[in-house]
Amino acid sequence: MSYFGDIYKGIKTLLTGMSVTGKVFLNNKNNSITQQYPDNRETLKMFNRFRGEVVMPHNEKNEHTCTGCQKCEIACPNGSIEIIWDRQIDPESGKKKKMIDKHIYHLGMCTMCGLCIEACPTDAILWAQNYENSVYDRTKLTKVLNQPGSKIMPGVED
Amino acid sequence: MILSINIVENDIFNMLLIAAIYLGIFSVAGLFLVLLERKVAAWFQLRLGPNRVGPWGLLQTMADALKLVSKELTGTIKADKFLYNLAPYFVIISSLMALAVFPFTQEFQAFDINIGIFFLIAISSIGVIGILLGGWASNNKFALIGAMRSGVQTISYELSVGLSLVTMVLLTGTLQLSEIIEVQKSGWLIVQGHIPAIIAFMIYMIAGTAETNRAPFDMVEAESELGAGFHTEYSGMKFAYFFLAEFINMFIIAAIGTTVFFGGWLSPFGITESIPWLGIFWFLGKTFALVFLMMWFRWTFPRLRVDQLLTLEWKYLLPLNLLNIVLMALIVWLGLTIQI
Amino acid sequence: MDTNIANSNLKSEDYFINMGPQHPATHGVLRLLLTIDGEIIKKVEPDLGYIHRSIEKMSERDSYQQIVHLTDRMDYLSSHINNEAVCLTVENALEIEVPERVKVIRTIIGELTRIASHCLWWGVMGMDVGALTTYFYGFRDREMINDIFEETCGARLTMNYNIPGGLMFDIHPNFVKRTKEFVAHFKTKIPEYDKLLTGNVIFQKRMKGVGILSKEDAISFGASGPVARGSGYSCDVRKYYPYSALDKVTFNEALKTDGDSLARYEVRIQEMWESLSIIEQLIDNIPEGDYKVATKAVIKLPKGEFYQKVETARGELGVFINSTGTKNPYRLKFRSPGFSNLSLLNHIAVGGKIGDLVASMATLDLVIPDIDR
Repeated sequence: MSYFGDIYKGIKTLLTGMSVTGKVFLNNKNNSITQQYPDNRETLKMFNRFRGEVVMPHNEKNEHTCTGCQKCEIACPNGSIEIIWDRQIDPESGKKKKMIDKHIYHLGMCTMCGLCIEACPTDAILWAQNYENSVYDRTKLTKVLNQPGSKIMPGVED
Repeated sequence: MILSINIVENDIFNMLLIAAIYLGIFSVAGLFLVLLERKVAAWFQLRLGPNRVGPWGLLQTMADALKLVSKELTGTIKADKFLYNLAPYFVIISSLMALAVFPFTQEFQAFDINIGIFFLIAISSIGVIGILLGGWASNNKFALIGAMRSGVQTISYELSVGLSLVTMVLLTGTLQLSEIIEVQKSGWLIVQGHIPAIIAFMIYMIAGTAETNRAPFDMVEAESELGAGFHTEYSGMKFAYFFLAEFINMFIIAAIGTTVFFGGWLSPFGITESIPWLGIFWFLGKTFALVFLMMWFRWTFPRLRVDQLLTLEWKYLLPLNLLNIVLMALIVWLGLTIQI
Repeated sequence: MDTNIANSNLKSEDYFINMGPQHPATHGVLRLLLTIDGEIIKKVEPDLGYIHRSIEKMSERDSYQQIVHLTDRMDYLSSHINNEAVCLTVENALEIEVPERVKVIRTIIGELTRIASHCLWWGVMGMDVGALTTYFYGFRDREMINDIFEETCGARLTMNYNIPGGLMFDIHPNFVKRTKEFVAHFKTKIPEYDKLLTGNVIFQKRMKGVGILSKEDAISFGASGPVARGSGYSCDVRKYYPYSALDKVTFNEALKTDGDSLARYEVRIQEMWESLSIIEQLIDNIPEGDYKVATKAVIKLPKGEFYQKVETARGELGVFINSTGTKNPYRLKFRSPGFSNLSLLNHIAVGGKIGDLVASMATLDLVIPDIDR
């Protein structure tokens, strides 16, 4: 009799499985987990801490807070950050001071580990939440973070 | 829209015309089935399915077919060229041939042969030769394993499909499909034959799913085991033939089920008896319900292993089937059928 | 099944099949050289190295903070636990005591990672035995965990949330709420998993008595994690060498003695329940306090050898650091669970069918970058 018992149990488990998928099928309108990506661009909001790419915020006077201390460059595990700097005369104090010429960021190499942002003593670099980082030419992934003509915000020290 | 296309004289032109109409209708129907499968799968799987090409994605499979037609036909150098090229036609032609005998309505039937059921069973086993040829000729080990599995599987499950239909033939007393439906005017066979008919239907659905090589019996392709199985080396339109044949076969299995168990084009309780052409909607409605059932199986169950597949057939389905035939014979003999 | 063709008088030959590195069942770039007789497997030889990135050698060049982010890329499904392993090793070597808050948060996220990993495994497990729908159900629930991670850590997979000395930043205010939501949601989903797959007669037949690994073999092959526990070898690092806040919680070690594929499967399902219970015990009492202790910008480990092991979703991950007192390790070695677990594949698959190989390989839950490193 266990022969027929097996058949009965087997069919029962199969129907139980079908009831699970059947329920999902009927509630598909509410349950669907598909995000229709390019269509929902407007509403798609990343979380505040999302690591999209490293940016350097500038204020309205085109000033940033990077002192050129190179701590981010040292912290970076794979050399995604390069800082070109030289010593210039600070117009305010008249003393020679380390200043960045270019803060170069290779997005193509970045592993989004966040160590540079942890290391920055003046919060000069931050995470941006943009997620559309693909380009047709990979040289475009090498970015200069400080804007042309920008200078350090007065009063920011190491 | 009454298509009166019974072959009354041996007119070659008529025959070709009907063949062309059937070919056109059913290649489109096959494409529609592919789309249906993708949509149904998506709804089972919390997805939306194709929705970009055309309204609600209705033209998606048309676009896919266009792409496949325009693709290069690649193949292995050491393949047996003749058999390799022959295989897809074997599969697609045999499945299209089977369509000829179905009565879609009372008048819409291309070929009312008096051994209809027998013809269907015979035709549907030709397809496997194509699969065997394809697997053997493409000179690929994965394809070969897939083909051999398919041979084993089809030989076994042919029996169950045949025997479960024979069970029903006991009830009808005829093999001719139009007459089988005529018999069902006094109640669909699944009602007439009650218990043995329901058992026969279950066995038929299981074996039919296995016949079409669909999950949970998709040994032949078993993508997690064999990559793509027997059609690993096929591309472009040749692949599309295999693909389309699978779906048309599914339609055929469901259509046989409809005709034999659920009264074909007959409406339930004869509610639309006065409008005969509505039969096609009943026929297709019932067929698609069965097709949906097969899709439901596919998207729920895990795949059997190849030896379990044979255990299922030889230890469970076949003995049950034989018992069932005896039971059905008794019921018919004692006149215990339910007639409405 | 006993009618092996080799025993008859017919002349037959074994043949050879190359499974992978692009085969769908090998989940990545594992290559298996199979010797088969018809459907029956005679020998399985794994061939590794397709995704070897020399993480251990790269670590010798990096500072200790930088090493952490490389471990994300080993077993990417339990990246947080990998990070934690390195951080714990460094903290032990420096003799830093991290705040209680850090310990609790690390444990909660670690267990969430374990659930996420098992969710993915469950989906893929179903897919390997042919039930494609499980994949999406597993991912639906994993998505919730990934959202929690994204909100708190900023990334979904390679989180790099740990640093030596604590956490990179504090948890997000929504963390507790979202985690509770997930726990409540997931408690209704595991029974659904059982209904859909575990109970299914086809699945039971596929898994029961297949790929049997005895306890002795599990020990001698160096198996760990759910694979070893499916064979009755009690080896949960969380139980025997509790780290972070795991000594404060009570949980049962999932243990099955059958040693077949089904036992390994059930151990993982059981582990999901246990992880949920651990999270529930901790989520309401995250102690107040700092989220890190200050470390020097350049960490130099004292001269010597340091070892720490943790339980990832796959088993025992050991981190061995040999330091000469400089800012980089002289030698760093990872004892990865996947490598040892893969080594027993030949042992459990021989004699089975091709379908059995795929099913038992899925129960080993291999992550190839973890094996190759």
